[in-house]
Amino acid sequence: MSATRKLTIAGTAVAALLLGVLLGKHIRPGSHSTPKQHPLAPDFTLTQLNGEQLTLSSYRGKVVLLDFWATWCVPCREEIPRFVELQNKYSERGLQIIGVSMDDSVDPVRAFAQQFHMNYPVVLGNAKLGEEYGGVLGLPIAFLLDQDGRIVKKHIGATAIDVFDREIAPLLSK
Amino acid sequence: MKIVIITFAVLFLMLRQASGQATSIPASRQIAAEELVKLLQRSGKERPLLIQVGSHVLYAQAHIPGSEYIGPASSEAGLQQLRKRVQSLSRTKFIVLYCGCCPWSHCPNVKPADDALQAMGFTNVKVLYLSDNFGANWVEKGYPTAKGE
Repeated sequence: MSATRKLTIAGTAVAALLLGVLLGKHIRPGSHSTPKQHPLAPDFTLTQLNGEQLTLSSYRGKVVLLDFWATWCVPCREEIPRFVELQNKYSERGLQIIGVSMDDSVDPVRAFAQQFHMNYPVVLGNAKLGEEYGGVLGLPIAFLLDQDGRIVKKHIGATAIDVFDREIAPLLSK
Repeated sequence: MKIVIITFAVLFLMLRQASGQATSIPASRQIAAEELVKLLQRSGKERPLLIQVGSHVLYAQAHIPGSEYIGPASSEAGLQQLRKRVQSLSRTKFIVLYCGCCPWSHCPNVKPADDALQAMGFTNVKVLYLSDNFGANWVEKGYPTAKGE
């Protein structure tokens, strides 16, 4: 290889390295913090206990904890007061918990929500929605969604509050 | 004295709650999922009457083919429906109850359903043991499943 060719290769490499360093300064750290491999949560519009419609995608920009539960499910019932605490704790920082009841009728859900002072919206789910979420064939199941509406965590069965706390806090600071 | 009374009251409540749970169903009246699958595949053998005693939303997503939805046996309406369905059957009829809404230790439906059939004199009743739920212990195992009403 001639000396001129060697110089050309070395010069190109140095130029490429400098270009990389310069561009790197303009790339915002954390711009890849929402991994695109996380699946988008299936959107839905369902009726809340107060009769108003709730559309999941309208909560983009918030961290959403989607809790599939039922009034007859003992572990679900035990989780609800802890979700009420979480909603209080992180409400101002952008957490929105949404309860999806898999009860067969609305009456027991309404009574339960009042009794337990549920401070987040509750909608009545159905089999179609369950299938869209991969089959809700055992309760409780909770999905944690980031601000882009992507499912970052799925918890099957009762989960300790500090586990949710540890997962929610870093998402809120993004 | 007060402490003794409170202790007895708590123990009484704990025992009362435990008696309504699936965990108090004796092993002799339980049937494992694999065993039920084999039994359903065997031809010539008496096919049991399969009754789902959980939520309709769960049944509509997935259930054992040929099984009947009765309603949650934790409610009086569900129990009445169950009694009505089996009233005319022979007391030796082979019946399998199942739910799978929640982990076995928390299922509110199978124990009341089993109790109701025992009280009616049925002698050949089994309860499908699902440790976690119907999804994990039946559907994900690849066992026969049907959807819909």
